[in-house]
Amino acid sequence: MTHKPKLKLATTSLAGCFGCHMSFLDMDERLIELLEHIEFDRSPFTDIKQLDHCDIGLIEGGVCNAENVHVLRTYRANCRILVAVGACAINGGVPALRNHFSLKECLEEAYVKTPDMINPHIPDDPELPLLLNKVYPVHEVVKIDYFLPGCPPSADTFYRFLSELIEGKEPQIGKVELRYD
Amino acid sequence: MSEHLHLLHILHELQQKHRYISEASICEVAAQLSLPVSQVRAVVAFYAFFYSTPCGHYHILFSNCTSCGYRAGGTDLLRLLSQKLSVNIGQTRKDEQVSIDETSCIGMCDHGPSLLINGVPLVHVDAEKIEQMAALIEADKPLNEWPSAWFHVKDHIYKRGLLLDSSLSAGDGLRAMLTRGREGTLTEIIQSKLRGRGGAGFSTGLKWRLCQQAAGEAHYVVCNADEGEPGTFKDRMLLQQHADALCEGMTICAYVIGAYQGFIYLRGEYRYLLPHLQATLMHRRKLGLLGTAILGQTGLEFDIDIVVGAGAYICGEESALIESLEEKPGIPRSRPPFPVTHGYLGQPTVVNNVETLIAATHIAYKGSAWFTAVGTPASTGSKLLSISGDCAAAGIYEYPFGVTIQQILEECGADNAQAVQVGGPAGTLLDQTAFHRQIAFEDVGTGGSFMIFNQERDILTIIHQFATFFAHESCGFCTPCRVGTILLKQGLDKIMIGQGARNDMAELQRVSELVRRYSHCGLGHTAANSILDGLQHFPQAFEQQLTQYDYTARFELNAALQEARQLTRHDGKEAHLEQGQD
Amino acid sequence: MVTEPESKFIRIDDREIPFVHGQTIMDAALAAGVYIPHLCHFPGITPQGNCKLCTVEVDGKPLTACTSPAAAGQRIRNNTPELNEARKALTQMLFIEGNHICPSCEKTGNCPLQAMAYHLGMLHGHFPAQFPVREVDASHPTIMLDRDRCILCSLCVRASREVDGKNVFAIAGRGTHASLIVNTASGKLVDSDIEPSDLAARICPVGAILIKEHGYDAPIGKRIFDQHKINEIGLEKIYIAGAKSDDS
Repeated sequence: MTHKPKLKLATTSLAGCFGCHMSFLDMDERLIELLEHIEFDRSPFTDIKQLDHCDIGLIEGGVCNAENVHVLRTYRANCRILVAVGACAINGGVPALRNHFSLKECLEEAYVKTPDMINPHIPDDPELPLLLNKVYPVHEVVKIDYFLPGCPPSADTFYRFLSELIEGKEPQIGKVELRYD
Repeated sequence: MSEHLHLLHILHELQQKHRYISEASICEVAAQLSLPVSQVRAVVAFYAFFYSTPCGHYHILFSNCTSCGYRAGGTDLLRLLSQKLSVNIGQTRKDEQVSIDETSCIGMCDHGPSLLINGVPLVHVDAEKIEQMAALIEADKPLNEWPSAWFHVKDHIYKRGLLLDSSLSAGDGLRAMLTRGREGTLTEIIQSKLRGRGGAGFSTGLKWRLCQQAAGEAHYVVCNADEGEPGTFKDRMLLQQHADALCEGMTICAYVIGAYQGFIYLRGEYRYLLPHLQATLMHRRKLGLLGTAILGQTGLEFDIDIVVGAGAYICGEESALIESLEEKPGIPRSRPPFPVTHGYLGQPTVVNNVETLIAATHIAYKGSAWFTAVGTPASTGSKLLSISGDCAAAGIYEYPFGVTIQQILEECGADNAQAVQVGGPAGTLLDQTAFHRQIAFEDVGTGGSFMIFNQERDILTIIHQFATFFAHESCGFCTPCRVGTILLKQGLDKIMIGQGARNDMAELQRVSELVRRYSHCGLGHTAANSILDGLQHFPQAFEQQLTQYDYTARFELNAALQEARQLTRHDGKEAHLEQGQD
Repeated sequence: MVTEPESKFIRIDDREIPFVHGQTIMDAALAAGVYIPHLCHFPGITPQGNCKLCTVEVDGKPLTACTSPAAAGQRIRNNTPELNEARKALTQMLFIEGNHICPSCEKTGNCPLQAMAYHLGMLHGHFPAQFPVREVDASHPTIMLDRDRCILCSLCVRASREVDGKNVFAIAGRGTHASLIVNTASGKLVDSDIEPSDLAARICPVGAILIKEHGYDAPIGKRIFDQHKINEIGLEKIYIAGAKSDDS
């Protein structure tokens, strides 16, 4: 058997809590085995900032601001397979609870109405990415190839999914275990 | 039951008086009628002509139909009037003088752009009239001081056939009925092979027979005068000119099935016809053609009440109509059981279209052979068509069944047609290759709507208007129609504004098929017809609007940043997003 | 002596199933242990057929099993890829129409809607999320009404009228504006006669009507749908009981 080249994997977290990334790390010793077949590109795990052409991109978190849109598009443009990972990427998740309110209401609640604020005002530093009116699922912005539900998806789910991709099989997500929480 | 005590009528009076129906009124009405407050609240919420916040003293509803709508004349008259009067569409002006919104087809498709002002149709609206209207409203002139010609609804009949040529005096049908007897009359109706003119085409004789045979404490006859299919207005003319024959048809049906009570369910948009219909009923009572001892026959007893709807297309569906008669939201029932066995108040009920009942009167008088001599073997008799859109003479045409679309187009002066919508938005969208087809239940069926679109029209705009109509009129009962009609509208919105990608077309196809196959009633089954027809016959209408991208965001990205731009006062290049991605 | 009703048969997929006069296809199927997916049907309550998940093909025609009378000789297709695909799409519609954020919902793990989505292999909502803004009614001391999660199945409406002998709920409004309302002058639940022991307070197949102070009682792994799949027949008893407060 010839040795297949390693698959390049990139990950990112948009409007998420990094819980999906933590769950990824819960693969524990299986990570060592995976690393025989996978190498990381841009990811919070590597701290690589520049995204190269990749085989797989894992997106955690929903789309809440303009920067998320740019990052997501960069991943879409550079990843052969783009995966929505976890509840927030798939339907906005907990951050989407803010969709019940207008942006103004949310920001005033946090930055104006909060007691004991010094200089209460809505943050407007140009460095800050502009917020979208709502938090959106990632597939409403770019095409997504696979969805891994769960909050977070379990380490087993990640392992099964990546193993199937490594073996060149069509991933059978949800056939063994499916959870949204 | 007296019509004045009907919940819809009480709510209408409150709406007229206070320009809205308050929570307090809802509770009072519920107590007055011994109804649950939730039922009254649900009815107020269901019907478009009831409002929970005050409308203006002048409340204007523009039709949004493709034929009598505010864009039918080229200019957007809705926007024009709202600008003139500085009123936001859908919001009452601060001084409560005026409110402007749109409504589904008001059945004035042979009168150009039309509207309802405080419930009364105002026809042939153009930019000049808008100017004058604005002045009259600002001057607070009462409607009875407005030019009366503006409110003149004319019946444009361009072709008469079997029914419209046939003369009949009040009582002719009833006397023939008595001569033939109950069974003889029913046999005549069955032999005429008369089929429902509302569009579904169920055998009228069989319907009467099934109802007659159904056991019940009482039987009922209901005339479906809820002519809501956009592009249809032939019942408007029939109610105006042939109300006698209609009442007579209901009486004949009542005699056959053993009913003592009938109802005319009149769409709210036709409320202006109510005095005329009430006068007809009074007159018939005076002549001994309605009430007790009809034609002097002891025991022959039947009367008719009129119930007026309040803006809900779904109430044209017979079981939804019955729910509405029962003072509830117009949610279609599960069938079976069908109304012929379990209809109004759970009793056997015949629901027939206006045109069907009038045809029955003529058949009772002239016999079935007179009727079957015209039409095709499977579609006997004639059909009244409401023809509108791009033709020289919009109006009513009566044709024998079997007439080709081409012949109709020639006779109404439509020499540049690219498409015809037969049967309204719920019907069939046909391109030129289908113009040889026939109007008949076995070929192209129709309840009467026949809308013509010439080469200048954008077919996608029309399909989008139809999709908007169905999303607005879906009753909300079942998942596929409630959610699906909204998704279809949104899918078309996206393509219309030039942000659609190829996969959006596939998605439209898929959702359309779901809505058509899995919905609860006829509204859902037909709501996607024009989209499916459009994708099949006019794919270029969709394709030419697509972006070059394979996939585009489902929402308007840049618009989604608008609120943040305002809050942070940033408006540079980095504060904007492109919709597509290369 | 009462004569035994004559047993007749329908065929669902490859199984012959007996039925008696008056039974719907759903009744006959459940009695025979054949699962037809459903959300708005509940044994003993008048069926309505609004969710459309129980759509089967009867002699080729799509009909809701819960409202269609069984008739001898019907050939019914139920567990087919096409029907399950359509059921998944309908379930996705129910998800995107409301605000179903499972990780933050007290019903998670005990939720028939969620379990249905698992059963049908739903990985995402697919359609554009509508993110509606709907009113929450927290007025009642022991019962919560969160309309964000309501799927308009009307089970609470029917249970209240038919089983509880009350009339607490109704559905008002048209199309996408349809919403669950409370039959009180104020429109608030606190002014109604609903009680936590009512079936209407327990029957909700989503987290729209909840008994307060009982969220997340069972740990992950011990919740109803950690231990059962929705296609097990007769689970209704368990999830009605599961929603019960400790003191009842």
